[in-house]
Amino acid sequence: MLRTETITLNLGPQHPSTHGVFRLRLQLNGETVVGIEPVMGYLHRGIEKLCEQGTYVQVIPLTDRLDYVCSMTNNQAYAVAVEKLLGLEVPERAEYIRVIMAELTRIINHMMAVGFLWNELGAYFTPAMYCFRAREHILDLFEMTCGSRMMCNYMRPGGVSGDLPEGFLPAAKKFNDYFKGVIDQLETFLNENEVFLARAVDVGVLPADVAINASITGPMLRASGVAYDIRKVDHYSVYDRFDFDVPTCSNGDVYDRYLQHIKEMWQSVRIIEQALDGIPEGEVMNDQAAKALRRPPQGEAYGRIESPKGELSFYVVSDGSANPYRVRIRPPSQINLSALKEMCEGHKIQDIVIILGSINLTMADLDR
Amino acid sequence: MTNEEILSKLRERFPEVVVDVPELIDFTVAIKPEAVVDVARFLHDECGLDYLALLTAVDQTERFEVVYHLWSIKDRTTEPFVLKAYIEDKENPTVPSVTPLWRGASYQEREAYDLMGIRFEGHPNPKRILLWEGFPGHPLRKDFENRTYTFEELKPTRPTGPEW
Repeated sequence: MLRTETITLNLGPQHPSTHGVFRLRLQLNGETVVGIEPVMGYLHRGIEKLCEQGTYVQVIPLTDRLDYVCSMTNNQAYAVAVEKLLGLEVPERAEYIRVIMAELTRIINHMMAVGFLWNELGAYFTPAMYCFRAREHILDLFEMTCGSRMMCNYMRPGGVSGDLPEGFLPAAKKFNDYFKGVIDQLETFLNENEVFLARAVDVGVLPADVAINASITGPMLRASGVAYDIRKVDHYSVYDRFDFDVPTCSNGDVYDRYLQHIKEMWQSVRIIEQALDGIPEGEVMNDQAAKALRRPPQGEAYGRIESPKGELSFYVVSDGSANPYRVRIRPPSQINLSALKEMCEGHKIQDIVIILGSINLTMADLDR
Repeated sequence: MTNEEILSKLRERFPEVVVDVPELIDFTVAIKPEAVVDVARFLHDECGLDYLALLTAVDQTERFEVVYHLWSIKDRTTEPFVLKAYIEDKENPTVPSVTPLWRGASYQEREAYDLMGIRFEGHPNPKRILLWEGFPGHPLRKDFENRTYTFEELKPTRPTGPEW
């Protein structure tokens, strides 16, 4: 009599498609996945514990190390939470700078998401290098502004650490015009690619109700057809002054998640264009901030923003001393994995790799 | 439905459950831990709070607090409804799991167990998530001793046994 049994396969912790250390325990029936369990914690550095040991400002460099691709938005989310706790106003020019930086970060993140998805598909590093070339220009802009390319440490509760340098605005305008051509080029080459369509359409489908139930946010949720964007819902910062849309897709498969990233980059370009034109003169830091941070009130605050990967929020509890009592980070990368079972089961092993690529994880954000 | 309306409906439906409405920046309601699942089901099904953004635990020295930040994607609420469960039993903190209701709570509950030592009854996979099985203590507790570990203590990080 023929006896069959499932095989357990470890994908990772060291695997080229996990972009970090992350393990998936797969139960395989032949090549079909019948069970999946993520194992995480390899990059756990205890950032939440470290946050309790420094002052409020000393937490900001730690937030850079959460999702190292999008350090600007990590700074912003923490700043939003602390400003809510202290009741601080942010000067208008600083809000415009934050919007410009956040949207540039969104472009970096989406470029990397698209590039690495194509890596996973086997187009080894050719599309990724095209994406990296555009990203390089943004990193130059960051270096110009705050002296660092990736660990920016730029935004503070109450504003930003310094004004934009001379020549930033023309350079950013020039980049924005150049970047439209880059997205156009990507769309021409990739959107209708027949190999891509065969691999990505109807793979890893995530229905909208499952996505909401699993607390999934960001491009993944919008690719499933739910037009939920915190920039539009919460009206934080100055986003309600700009004219932009919340694009959605309908199926929620790998192809839609790719397309969603491309569509959102077009909207980011629109926002940057308007912000560069409308940026006012003035202060970039609230002068009450330093004093307020020394003696914050007792209480707690929950600040959230639309980071490129989804909702990034900080829950800050204060006991009245100069150090935060408890800081909890909501990592979008970790929570976006909650529906992995629905997306992966029934697919072949090679599809798991591109599904992971389309979720767009950063392992440092996953484990903190 | 505003947060005040939700609170009055909650008081009507479960008269004994609400223990405190602390005055904080976000609208917060504190309840008894054993009622969490009933209240959460009520909020999810009847008040339209379909999105559990954040689940975490805080070690206030006299008690543990498990905090749930709830929003509604359907109604696009702009303020969170913060539900807190006050756990007075510091020796053996236990709260029912809401993972059957929101599967997005799964990893966050495992993390609260891992780092704060709160047991979530009814969780389908109640294991540690970031640290390894056998790690001494729960690091985010305020009485956790922060010290350097010896190599022998860190041995369990190495893969052993049939699990691997």
